Amino acid sequence: MSVKRDSLSVGLAVGAAGVAFGAVAVADHFSVLQACFLSLVLFSGASQFSLVAVISAGGSPLSAIVTGTFLGGRNGLYGVRMAQILKLKGAKRALAAQITIDESTGVAIAQTELEDQKTAFWYTGFGVFFFWNLFTLLGALGAKAIGDTSAWGLDVASPAIFCAVLFPRLKERKFFISALLAFVWALSITELVPAGVPIISTVFIAAIVGWN
Amino acid sequence: MNSQWIAVIVTSVLCYAIKYIGHAIPEIWLAHPRVQRITNLIPIVLLSALVAMQAFTTKTKFVVDHRLAGITVAIAALTARLPFPVVVVGAMATSAIVYRLKI
Repeated sequence: MSVKRDSLSVGLAVGAAGVAFGAVAVADHFSVLQACFLSLVLFSGASQFSLVAVISAGGSPLSAIVTGTFLGGRNGLYGVRMAQILKLKGAKRALAAQITIDESTGVAIAQTELEDQKTAFWYTGFGVFFFWNLFTLLGALGAKAIGDTSAWGLDVASPAIFCAVLFPRLKERKFFISALLAFVWALSITELVPAGVPIISTVFIAAIVGWN
Repeated sequence: MNSQWIAVIVTSVLCYAIKYIGHAIPEIWLAHPRVQRITNLIPIVLLSALVAMQAFTTKTKFVVDHRLAGITVAIAALTARLPFPVVVVGAMATSAIVYRLKI
């Protein structure tokens, strides 16, 4: 039973961050409907925040699409891992795919028994999905009521969340070096190239550092 | 339909396709160590560049402002191993205060 409880707690804790997404999206001139659409259909936090960030920084739709899709790439890798555990076909597989994200995969593979892994995947996945969407709507409606979003710190909500996601992974040397290079590279070229390019061009840094 | 909606819909469809393909393809396709190393690094570099852009640029211009205070607090909170909500709310509150005081 504690697997279900733990999974739902993760769902609530992570889903609550949806309030920041809803608020940031609306602060960056996306509609409430667009914010909710992204949480329902895209349903991958980093991709959602990046899409909004690239567009609001003046980037082209193409650069927003490419950045968002690349950030969603790791969900594909999680899918490969979860497919071995779940062994699904048809509609169930299609449903499982939508909730294949950091948290559902993370909580699932942290379990030792196969049945617990399956339970953890579904409960965490649907838990995050339910609360993430609920809080996106609340955040989006709330932000509409706020005038100057900088006065409420909303302009640092998204980079602070990205820092929190990145931080635990920077202990590994190659990850730290890559992150540092990408940070410096992006800021160095931002005034020279169109918006969106400083972000997506860092994929070359990943290719170079990861080559050997 | 405006370009914002196009970006929203296309990215949503592509991200779902990636999730689904992951469930459907044989694992062997991604087994090459080099492919794995690079795909593991891609989110890291993209997120790092996003932090740089969101915290230190305004319309592609390099800018240092109230957001630096917020990000500094976020990193300090992460170093001190404080919980996720404290990191985010702490950064937001600090940035908002500095902004309002017009430091």
